[in-house]
Amino acid sequence: MSQMEYDTAVIGAGLMGAGTALFLARSGMRCVLLDRSGVCSEASGVNAGTLTMQMTRADLIPYAIKGWEMWTNRQEWLGINPSVVAAPGLSLAFTEEEVATLEHRAAVRREHGAQIELVTASKARSIEPGLSTEVMAASYCPMDGFAKANQTGFALHQALKTARVDIHGAYPVERVEPEDRGYAVIGQGEVVRARRLVLAGGVWLEEMLNWLAVRIPIKTLVNQLAVTERIEPVMRTVIGIASGLLSLKQFDNGTVVIGGGWQGKGSRTTGSTQVIPENLIGNVRLAVHAIPNLVHTRLVRAWCGFEAETADAMPVIGEVPGMDNAFLIGSIHSGYTSGPFMAKLLAQYILGHEPELPLFDPSRLIDNQSHPKNDVN
Amino acid sequence: MNSRVELAVLGAGPAGVAAALAASECNVNVLILDRSASAGGQVYRRPTGPLGMQQLEKWPDEVKGERLREQLRSSAVSCRFGRAVWSVERGFRIDAVGPEGVETWEAERLLVASGTTERVIPFPGWTLPGVMGLAAATALLKSQRVLPGQRPVVAGSGPLLWAVASGIIAGGGMPAAVIDLADTRRWVSSLPALFSRPTDLLKGLGWMHSIRRKQVPVISSAAVRKVWREGTSLVVEVVERNRDGTLRGDGQERRLSADALCIGHGLLPATEVTRLLGADHVFDAQAGGWKPVIDDQQRTSIPGLFAAGDCTGITGAEAAQLEGRLAGLTVAHETGRITDKLYRMKAQSLRRHTLRVSRAGASMAALMMPAESLIDDIPGDTVVCRCEDVTCAEVQAALAAGAMGLNQIKSWTRCGMGPCQGRVCGDTVAAIASRHLGGRTAVGAWSSRVPLVPLPMGDLVGAFAYHDIAIPKAAPL
Repeated sequence: MSQMEYDTAVIGAGLMGAGTALFLARSGMRCVLLDRSGVCSEASGVNAGTLTMQMTRADLIPYAIKGWEMWTNRQEWLGINPSVVAAPGLSLAFTEEEVATLEHRAAVRREHGAQIELVTASKARSIEPGLSTEVMAASYCPMDGFAKANQTGFALHQALKTARVDIHGAYPVERVEPEDRGYAVIGQGEVVRARRLVLAGGVWLEEMLNWLAVRIPIKTLVNQLAVTERIEPVMRTVIGIASGLLSLKQFDNGTVVIGGGWQGKGSRTTGSTQVIPENLIGNVRLAVHAIPNLVHTRLVRAWCGFEAETADAMPVIGEVPGMDNAFLIGSIHSGYTSGPFMAKLLAQYILGHEPELPLFDPSRLIDNQSHPKNDVN
Repeated sequence: MNSRVELAVLGAGPAGVAAALAASECNVNVLILDRSASAGGQVYRRPTGPLGMQQLEKWPDEVKGERLREQLRSSAVSCRFGRAVWSVERGFRIDAVGPEGVETWEAERLLVASGTTERVIPFPGWTLPGVMGLAAATALLKSQRVLPGQRPVVAGSGPLLWAVASGIIAGGGMPAAVIDLADTRRWVSSLPALFSRPTDLLKGLGWMHSIRRKQVPVISSAAVRKVWREGTSLVVEVVERNRDGTLRGDGQERRLSADALCIGHGLLPATEVTRLLGADHVFDAQAGGWKPVIDDQQRTSIPGLFAAGDCTGITGAEAAQLEGRLAGLTVAHETGRITDKLYRMKAQSLRRHTLRVSRAGASMAALMMPAESLIDDIPGDTVVCRCEDVTCAEVQAALAAGAMGLNQIKSWTRCGMGPCQGRVCGDTVAAIASRHLGGRTAVGAWSSRVPLVPLPMGDLVGAFAYHDIAIPKAAPL
C-alpha cells in the first residue's frame, strides 16, 4: 500500500459509505474506501430493495422522495444500470382496525409530502389484480418501486473504480488514530493516512466510534427476508400492510421477495444470523394472504440482514462529536430508499457546501455513561 | 413442539441407519428423519413398485437395503420418513414439513448423515431433455425401475459409470457407448486399493464383464465435448484426451447417436447442514471437496454435532455404515450407556475396519475427480447455473470486475440463487473462481441458507386464518 495521504478515508463500503466516497471523488477528492469484506456485502446487498414512502418514517419522507428520484434516475449518478423498477405501492388493510391505522399513517405521511391516498378494495384490485378478495381498503402511492439490492454492490463497485476511488476490500480496520494532519487508519499491519475520516459502519458504527472514544449506542435489528423460485407474473405492484410488517414485490426475473422486518436472531459481534422458523412462517402467511397465488410456488431461500437503529430511531449524519474532520453516517430507517441522497448530503457538507436538506446531528445521542451493548436480539 | 430426543439423525442411508441402530441398541432415545418414503438412502434405495423394466433377480444392493430396513423396523428407533428438513438450529432444533404438515423436534445431539450431491461439469447441451446425471440414472434404475433410455451414452468418471451401464443392460437396454474420462492406467493403479474390499472388486468386475459381453464400445480417456438434438435423437460428440488432460485437436472427435446421455463427474459431500450450523470445514479434493472437520469419534467442531458417511468425504457405503456405527456408539458412550472399556474396544475395531474399506472408497473417489481441464473447456456461452441461466462468461466477467469471493459472484450474477440452491453449479463456479482467487480454500463455499430444500409455500403456511398470524408490533411512524 502506498504511503500517500488521501483527502478522505471512508470506512464501511455499504450504500452510505460507498455513496459518500463516490460523491466526494466526483468532486475531486482523492478517496480510499475500506471494508472488511466487499462493496455492499452486508445490509446494502441483502435487503429487500424496496424504494417506498409507505414504510418510511414520516420525518424522513422528504429525503426518501429525493432518494427515490435518484434511484429512478440512477444513470445520472451511478452511470451503470442495476435493475430499478418504478411501480405503484399498495399498503393493505384486512380489518377495521387496520383501515384506521392506514388512514392515520397516510394522513401523517401526506403532511410530510408523500402522495398517499386511501382507495377502496375494488380500486386496489384494479391496480393489483393479484390481490386477495379479503382486502378491506388500501393506501395507494404512485411513488414506489424496487431495485435489485444484490446488484447494488456491482454497480457501485464499477462507479467507484471509474471515479478513481481506491477500494481496499477484505481489509478489516483495527483502529483509527487522530494525527496532526488527519487520521491514521490501521489494519492488516498497514497504515492508511487521510485528512478526513468518514465512518459508515452500519450496525458496527458504535464499535467504530469507540476507536475515537465517542459513545453512541446503536441497536441491531435482524430483519428476515425470503425469496421464491422464478414464477409466472403474479403481481405488478409493491405490496405492504398497514402495520408495515410486509413488503412484497416480483422482480423481472420472476422471483418474489418477501420481507417486512420480521425479526431473526443474530449477533453483530460474530456476524452470524439465524432465521426464526415461526417468524418466517408468519411472514410468508401474510404474503400468501395478500397475494393468494403465491401458495402454489416454492420458497427457495431465506436470510437475515442487519439494520442499525439509534435510541430515537432517527439517522446520524454529520460530524463525529468533538472531533475535527471526522464524520459519520448511518442508522437511516428505510435507508436503502434514501441512501444515495443521504450520502450526497454528507458529501455536500464535507465539501463545505450547504446541504440541500438538514443533516442529523449525532451529538444529540452522545452518551458518556458506560453501556452494555444492545447486540443480541 | 414435539418431545426432546437424545439423538436426532438426519438421513436414513447407510451411515444414518447404522448410527441410529447402534445408539438405539444401547437404549439411547433416537429419532431418524429422511425425505424419502423409506430408509436406504441412494445406495440401498427401496424400489417403489413394479414399474417399467423387467428384472429377473434382485440387485445385491437391494438385498442389503431390505436387511437394513428390516433392522430399523424391529428396532426402537422412531422413524419419520417423507420429511423435508428445512431448518436446523444449534442446540438442536429441527424443523420439517411432511405428511403431517409443519413439525419441530428438539434433540440433545444431532448426527448429520446427508450423503452426497452429484457433480456434472457443464458442456454445451448439458441442460437438454434426455441428459441426466449418473446418480439420477441410478435412482431411476433402482427406485422406479425405469431405463434412462433404450440406447443411452453413459459418460463421465468413477464407478457409477459402470454401475449405470450394467444396470441398463440388466434392465434390457443397450448403452450406445461408455465414455470414460479416466484412462485404463488409472483403474489399474487403483486395483491394489480395491483388493482390500473384495466384495466391491467383484461387484465392479461383474459390471465390466456384463458390458464386455454385450460388446458395448468403451472409449477411455475421452470426454463428451457437446451434445445436441437431431430429430428424436441426441448426438453426442466425444473427444479423446491427451495425457495432460487437454482435449485432442480438431478432426479427432467422434459422433454417437443415442436416445439419452447419462453423465456424471463424481460426487460431492452434502454439507448444507454442517455449514448452516457453522461447523469447521476443510477443502479436500480427493474426498470430493469441502467436508466437515471431524475427530476420530465422528464429532464435528460444534458440541453435540456429529457427522458420518459420505457427507464427511466420499468413501462409499460400506465405510459410511462403519462411521455411522461409531458415531452411534460415541453418543451411547457420552450418555453413559456403555462403559469406557467397551467403547474403546468397539471404537478401535470399527476404526481399523473403516480404514481398510475407506481406502477402496477413497481410491474410487479419486477416480471420480474430474480433470481440471474440463473446467477450462467450458465455453463462455454455456450455462453453468441452470436455475438462473447464468453462463460461464458471466461468472468470468464478475471475477474480472473484481468479485472477491463466491458470495459476491452469487450476488452479482444470481448464480446459485435458484431452486437447486447452488448444489448443481456451486462446485463448478468455485473451480472457475479458484483460478482467479488463488485456490479453493481462498474461494470458500457459498453461505448455506434455509430452507435447506425448496419448500412448497402451501406446505409451509398450512391452513390458517388472518387472525392466526402473530403479527409483531407495528414499525414506528
